[in-house]
Parts: sequence; C-alpha cells; structure tokens
Amino acid sequence: MSSKTVLLDYGMGNLRSVENACRKLGHEVVIQSDLSGAERLILPGVGAFGQAMNHLSGLKSDLQAFAKSGQPLLGICLGQQLLLDTSEEFGAHSGLEIIPGKVQYFPKTPGVKIPQMGWNRLDSVPGKFTETTGSEEVYFVHSLYTEVEDESHVAAWTNYGIRFASALQMGNVWATQFHPEKSGEAGLRLLERFLTCS
Amino acid sequence: MRLIPCLDIRDGRVVKGTNFVGIRDAGDPVELARFYDTEGADELVFLDITASHEGRPAVIDLAEKVAREVFIPFTVGGGLQTVEDIRAALLVGADKVSLNSAAVARPELVRESAEMFGAQCVVVAIDAKQCGESWNAFVHGGRKDTGRDVIEWAQEVVKLGAGEILLTSMDGDGTRAGYDLDLTRAVSEAVDVPVIASGGAGHAGHMVDAVREGRADAVLLAGILHDGVARISDLKSEMAAAGLRIRSTNRS
Repeated sequence: MSSKTVLLDYGMGNLRSVENACRKLGHEVVIQSDLSGAERLILPGVGAFGQAMNHLSGLKSDLQAFAKSGQPLLGICLGQQLLLDTSEEFGAHSGLEIIPGKVQYFPKTPGVKIPQMGWNRLDSVPGKFTETTGSEEVYFVHSLYTEVEDESHVAAWTNYGIRFASALQMGNVWATQFHPEKSGEAGLRLLERFLTCS
Repeated sequence: MRLIPCLDIRDGRVVKGTNFVGIRDAGDPVELARFYDTEGADELVFLDITASHEGRPAVIDLAEKVAREVFIPFTVGGGLQTVEDIRAALLVGADKVSLNSAAVARPELVRESAEMFGAQCVVVAIDAKQCGESWNAFVHGGRKDTGRDVIEWAQEVVKLGAGEILLTSMDGDGTRAGYDLDLTRAVSEAVDVPVIASGGAGHAGHMVDAVREGRADAVLLAGILHDGVARISDLKSEMAAAGLRIRSTNRS
C-alpha cells in the first residue's frame, strides 16, 4: 500500500521535472495546492523567497504541523530555504520556521560566479539520507545558501567559495539545496530513498 | 568545466546521428539523450533546425518528451520567438532556452525573459564568423550577416540579462581542427557569464585548449560524438588526466 505523496503547488516555478522524476521511479505523485490527505510531502521551489512565502502564508501552520507529525517532507532548492526562519533575498522575509536558521547571499569571492549553476560534490554527513549519492556530483542553481543554527541538522556540505549546507535533515524533514530531479542517477537514487522511506 | 552534447533536430529526428551499441534508434532524440546521459554528459542542448512554422514551436513538444526521460539539465532552442514560447518550454521541463535569431530581431526578448524567468535559464547563442580582424554575428543558420560585432553583441545580451553565451565558430564548425581559441578567449574575457565553446572539436586536446587558452566554461560537442568517433566517458577521462576539474560519474 503506497502512501499519498503530494507535490505542493503554490503557484511558483516548475513542478513538472520533479513529477517526471517520481513517475520515472514508479511513484505516483498528486499535485495540489494544500496538504489534504498528504502522507508524504515534497516542497519544490524555483523563484524568490518573499514571493514564495506570500503564496505559502495560508499554509504555514499546516506545514509546521506536517513537519511535527513525523511524516516525510522533502524541500528542494528554494524549498530547503523556505524551511528556515528568515531570508535576506530582496529584503528581509520570514520563512516557515521549521528548521532554525537563516538564508543569506553567498559572499562575493573573486573567481566564484554567482549564481552557482552546475555540478558540485557533496560531502555527506554519516548516517544522513545523502549517503546514497556517494562521491557523485549533483546539480545546483542558487545565489543564496542556508545557515542552520544547529549543525546536527546538516546532511551534507559543499564547497563553493565557502563551505555551505547543501542538504539538511532534521528527523523526518529532509531538504536539498541541489536539484535531485536534475542530478542524473545520483539524484534519482536520492528521490527513490525519500519516496520509499517510512 | 562541463561537457555538453548538442543534438540538431529536424522534423523531430536527430540530424547526423549514427548507430551506437545499445541504441535502437539513433534518430530518436530522447533515446540518444538518454544514451549521452548514461555516458556522463553534464548537460544537453537540443536545437531544432526545422524551418520555422506558424504557431507553437516544435521544440516545445520535444522538450516535453525529453523531460519525461532525461534527468540532467537541458537547453532547447530553435523557433522560440516570444516570452510565451519560452514560458511553455520551461514549463514542460526544459531548464534553459537558447535564443539566436529572435534575440537579434528583438533584443528586448532577452531582457523580458531574464526578468520573468531568471538569467540562469536564458542562453544566447551567437554564430560567429571571422570578418577581417574581428568576428561578426550571423543568423538564420549562418546565412545572414547581422553586421554586428560578436564581442559587442555578447556584451549587449549579457547586459540585457543573458545568463550564458553559446558561442559557435562558423569557421571551425565541422572541421575537427579545434575550437577557435582567439574568438573564445575574446568573448570569455569580455563578459562575466559562462561561455560555451562550440565548433571544431576533434579530440579531447581541443577541449582542454578551449578551457585553458580559450577560458571557456563548457564545451559543446556534436559531430565527433554522433559519428561515434569519440565517447564522452573517454573524453572526460582524458580531460581529467590533463588536470581539468570535471564531473566524474560512478557507473557500474
């Protein structure tokens, strides 16, 4: 009996690639704009933090309750950033306040192009869900990164001018700054792990 | 650096494809794309060279099919004329769009699409041909000289919001004598966005030169891959051996 996986549509960005990847792996996902019936939740995200939170404001308490319920939640890219307390993207914004921490711009470093756009390596923390990617690289597109208050919530680190948290895990709440749906085999393995975890 | 196979598509079929072991239909863009993905391609580019028709560009349907089966970043181009075309291509799952003639015809299209969808998904393709001491940008498959200087045009589109330049040397295209390093370096030094070198690759040494001497961020490959002369996995090993930082894939 497979559980109902919801891909949350909050009016921002492209859901199709994540949906395609889940289907390719043999898992049905339901795209909807609320959490009703969700037993497994994917929070995708492309776009700006403030605008995303405007769309999500009515769902904030539902999302917090879902995270507390122990059911699997995966934030992807902006979806990872939204889980934190605040972001400085185009001004100061409050996030979903599920994982303590903040989102900030990469510092300007000579020779380091912002946004980071391309493949980069994960240094996975032992015991976290990112272990499945091994030493393979994954695909990133982002200008800001997440800084969590408690480092035990970091699932993987990546170097891009600075060392930043490229994946987070706080119990049942998982997040990737990279795009598993665009990271080839390594990314699909990671999605499979999420879609089958209990 | 990134290694990017380019598939030219006409009427839904790959042009210049050849037969590979394990490929049933080398003319099928999706099947060839999957093959290049498993071989270790970092991204893919699909250019529809079908003469443009009225209505929805065919490359959008192609993007939709590719997105169902291929899970690495890909760019589509050819026949995208409007912001709505671009939106449609991105919504079905393309990661980036490549604009060439449409950007020359109406440069504001670059700004509008970058503002709406982000600079990271707007690639401007420039077909360059040497004219005396400099290069001019050509359009319509290289048949028409725009009279624009390539360096100035590259700087202009980056200012408008292009996130990447796909730079093809028409003089080098198909020769397998190496990328035009002077051209590539001139453009790479003139803009602060990634430049993809294209046109003239014959072997891995050319790709190393494009990065080292041409300062390219990525190399585009077509002929030598489609003909089966070279394999991505071998090219990547050779580039890694030459000391370039390149994504390795652990495939068993």
